[in-house]
Amino acid sequence: MKVSMQINGQKMQVQAKPDSRLLDVLRDELGLKGTKEGCGEGECGACAVLVNGQVLNSCLLPLGQMDNADIVTIEGLPSDSPLVASFHACFAAQCGICTPGMMMAATALLSEYPQPTLEEIREGLSGNLCRCTGYGRIYEAVLQAATGVTHG
Amino acid sequence: MCEYFVSGFDVFKVRFIMEIYKRDVGAVVDKAQPKRVDGLSKILGTAVYVDDIELNDVIYATTLRTASAGGVVEEIFFDPALDWSEFIIVTAKDIPGLNAVKLLENDQPVLVDRVFRHAGEALVLLGHSEPDMLKKALSHIRVHEVPLAHPVFDIDEALSAENKIIPGNVYSDYLLEKGDVDKSFDEIECFIDARFITPSQEQLYIEPQGMIAILQNDGVLRIDGSMQCPYYVLDALEQCTGLSKDLLRVVQTTTGGAFGGKEDYPSVIACHAALLAIKAGGKPVKLVYERGEDMRVTPKRHPSRTMLRLGANRAGELQFIDMDFAIDGGAYRTLSPVVLSRGVIHAPGPYFCKNIRVRGRAIATNHPPFGAFRGFGAPQSIFALEVAMDQLAAKLAMDPAEFRRKNLLRSGDVSPTGDILQNDCFAQDALEEALRVSQYYERQAEFKHWNKQNNGTVRGIGLATFAHGAGFTGNGELYLASRVLLQAHGNGQVEILCSNTEMGQGAATTLVQIAADALQLPMDKIHLAQTDTTRVPNSGPTVASRTCMVVGELVERAANLLLQKLMTEGGLSKLYSVDEFADACLRMQESKKDLLVSASYQPPAQMLWDENKFTGRAYSSFAWAAYIAEVEIDKLTYETRILNFTAVQEIGHAVHPQIVQGQIEGGVVQGIGYALYENVLWNDVGVMANDRLTNYIIPTTADIGPIQVVLMEKGLGAGPKGAKGVGELPMDGPAPAIVNAIQQALKMNIDQIPVMPELLMKLACSERVSQ
Ligand code: FES
Ligand code: FES
Repeated sequence: MKVSMQINGQKMQVQAKPDSRLLDVLRDELGLKGTKEGCGEGECGACAVLVNGQVLNSCLLPLGQMDNADIVTIEGLPSDSPLVASFHACFAAQCGICTPGMMMAATALLSEYPQPTLEEIREGLSGNLCRCTGYGRIYEAVLQAATGVTHG
Repeated sequence: MCEYFVSGFDVFKVRFIMEIYKRDVGAVVDKAQPKRVDGLSKILGTAVYVDDIELNDVIYATTLRTASAGGVVEEIFFDPALDWSEFIIVTAKDIPGLNAVKLLENDQPVLVDRVFRHAGEALVLLGHSEPDMLKKALSHIRVHEVPLAHPVFDIDEALSAENKIIPGNVYSDYLLEKGDVDKSFDEIECFIDARFITPSQEQLYIEPQGMIAILQNDGVLRIDGSMQCPYYVLDALEQCTGLSKDLLRVVQTTTGGAFGGKEDYPSVIACHAALLAIKAGGKPVKLVYERGEDMRVTPKRHPSRTMLRLGANRAGELQFIDMDFAIDGGAYRTLSPVVLSRGVIHAPGPYFCKNIRVRGRAIATNHPPFGAFRGFGAPQSIFALEVAMDQLAAKLAMDPAEFRRKNLLRSGDVSPTGDILQNDCFAQDALEEALRVSQYYERQAEFKHWNKQNNGTVRGIGLATFAHGAGFTGNGELYLASRVLLQAHGNGQVEILCSNTEMGQGAATTLVQIAADALQLPMDKIHLAQTDTTRVPNSGPTVASRTCMVVGELVERAANLLLQKLMTEGGLSKLYSVDEFADACLRMQESKKDLLVSASYQPPAQMLWDENKFTGRAYSSFAWAAYIAEVEIDKLTYETRILNFTAVQEIGHAVHPQIVQGQIEGGVVQGIGYALYENVLWNDVGVMANDRLTNYIIPTTADIGPIQVVLMEKGLGAGPKGAKGVGELPMDGPAPAIVNAIQQALKMNIDQIPVMPELLMKLACSERVSQ
């Protein structure tokens, strides 16, 4: 089947089986390898992308449901996103495999709560597993991005 | 007298505090720390992991595995209804070299030939250009297995079983002995006798394991993949393929977490991919595990059971430690003897005790082999000892902190292995600091008050004091004979060549930083070469928190050699600018002088260790720690929540404080998972049953608040500027600290983890019944 989507601001038509996972379409058809697969069953958040502004796990999304969707992946993250500098300054990425998904979840979080409390951050990122950092540096990075104060 | 420094900030009343105590008064530590060299590529998603590599004409691969918990494969039957000519098929008969995974002993086959010891052993490898065809093919192969009549999955059952997997079912049997435990037992005033159980634990790196293999036109077999130890993989390939090392090339790809889990098993996957590639006519073979397969077949933390008797006099001085410590090694030896040795050495803790006996055994069972995971045997024995310490303190009616204060090692004491501790002993300092920053006594009083009121929860505060040696044990570093190269180029860039891998822990940044510091150059002039065995020398495996300390020291030494060389041969003056450094390099290059220097490991003086008797100096240095957990337990649901967590660590020198902080926070959270949530369940053939992230639960942001980290720089480790290994300790302390806090809150003894609500409910019911 043919599906029209907007991906990272660009209109595209993708030809694939309707039950293909959005994750595979992004990675294999479109070469957007920043979106990672950690579990393939909606538990880890490594494959998280924004779909119409909402953070969703692309490993659970069949292409058939994506007609006319507006999708943003890590490659489409605005280059001036304060999260890039703050994640870097706070050492929020270690092995980095969870990081693109974490960035997408944090982006959605900040657009809902521009000044989140720690509780809101913990709630907002609870769908994204990170085995390396213990989350502390990530909390700090999101808070710094929100306040605009980057300590380095 | 030492100075301390507080970093972090206060936003919305959240404290991210890291305190660092400096050894040298007045040292400047609040300079901006260099960013991670791999930071941006990971944040922007451009770092290339094994699954991201673009391949043409790729052959996908899958593995058919044994179904029974040991037995004999009588026949493999390929259904003639399927056209097998399209498939690449590899069985044991196709192995050109030795059918054994190279490690300590050649007991584990690369592919099962006939006899096998556990379910999930690789039997047939299949390759095809269509992943769907692989699925289909698996259902068209029938295996006739004669299963083992009585497989064993439990340590004590294995010891008493009639039919053994190996003689006695014991891989290794160690004894650490000091003084006379039996004699001291006769004179004892107060003691406890307990049995502790710790479960297995899955590393759960978020990137599953995987390899790509290709037989190139030039005859070189190249492997790219996620791994900790490229030279282990190279050795394994050499043995299994029979190819000489100059026809083998191993390249590490960006590695998405490992924690020990990618120490030995990558050798197995690499051999499998290589065997397929040999038959694939030059096409690349991709063998990447999906999550469930990774969880079922790759090695995890060794389960343990410990019988422990601990005795003290009325004054609260430890009189003896008597421990029978056993770990489940699974069906092949793999790394178990080494894991066991670590567990035994760390078993007596950081305490002064005249009479110690630790018997340690690694036991054979029909589980898939257990392997390396952060802490490496020590979290198991430290758990037993530290929880028992609190139980004995309670029996003595003594505060656990006071009981420890009386017994922690001091400079000049003789350690459990008979080594005299010189000035590098900071067990007491770490404890006092942890008590201070956590406001231990105030919190304890508050919690007592809280628990008297009619709240829905009870609260407790618990601690653990412990030490961990860094690097290989005893003479291990000597056998490794690690070597590091530094290659300067005519443009003034310097490359570090070593086989140690970045897997998230920050090694790439730390090593570059060490070289930059020694060469007085900005970080962007230094580059860590990709870990490619055709280019980098063997600087040992990336394990045991040895990279920064041991390899870092080699990098520092090589850097100094390079400077010397540039000064004597290239006319570099004592004080130089970045440009002058580059000019000197260029002059050397133009006059055809080589710009390569190498540094090799040299053992420190007085490093005598008897690995049979467990006596002498086990490690060149220990790092010291005290962790404190505050918990709250719901009286109705028995759910445990961490209120606060404090980690105080004496680490010699923090090369990069924020990377160290991230290591400690990350390890502590893995330790919290070990203590409260992570429970490996077994199916009836001894394979992990909860093999998904939906039913194997690791901590999420919903469970974890800020963690208070305090670094103390007091001692002098063997690493650059006195750095010690950091990464293992965060795994040792959380489980006992948390369990001790729960014991205090509920006033009951707990002898196992994870402390799930079901366990507490059961314990509470049985207490009620016995009352
Ligand atoms: S891969 Fe999609 S949630 Fe884990
Ligand atoms: S940085 Fe490794 S999983 Fe998050």
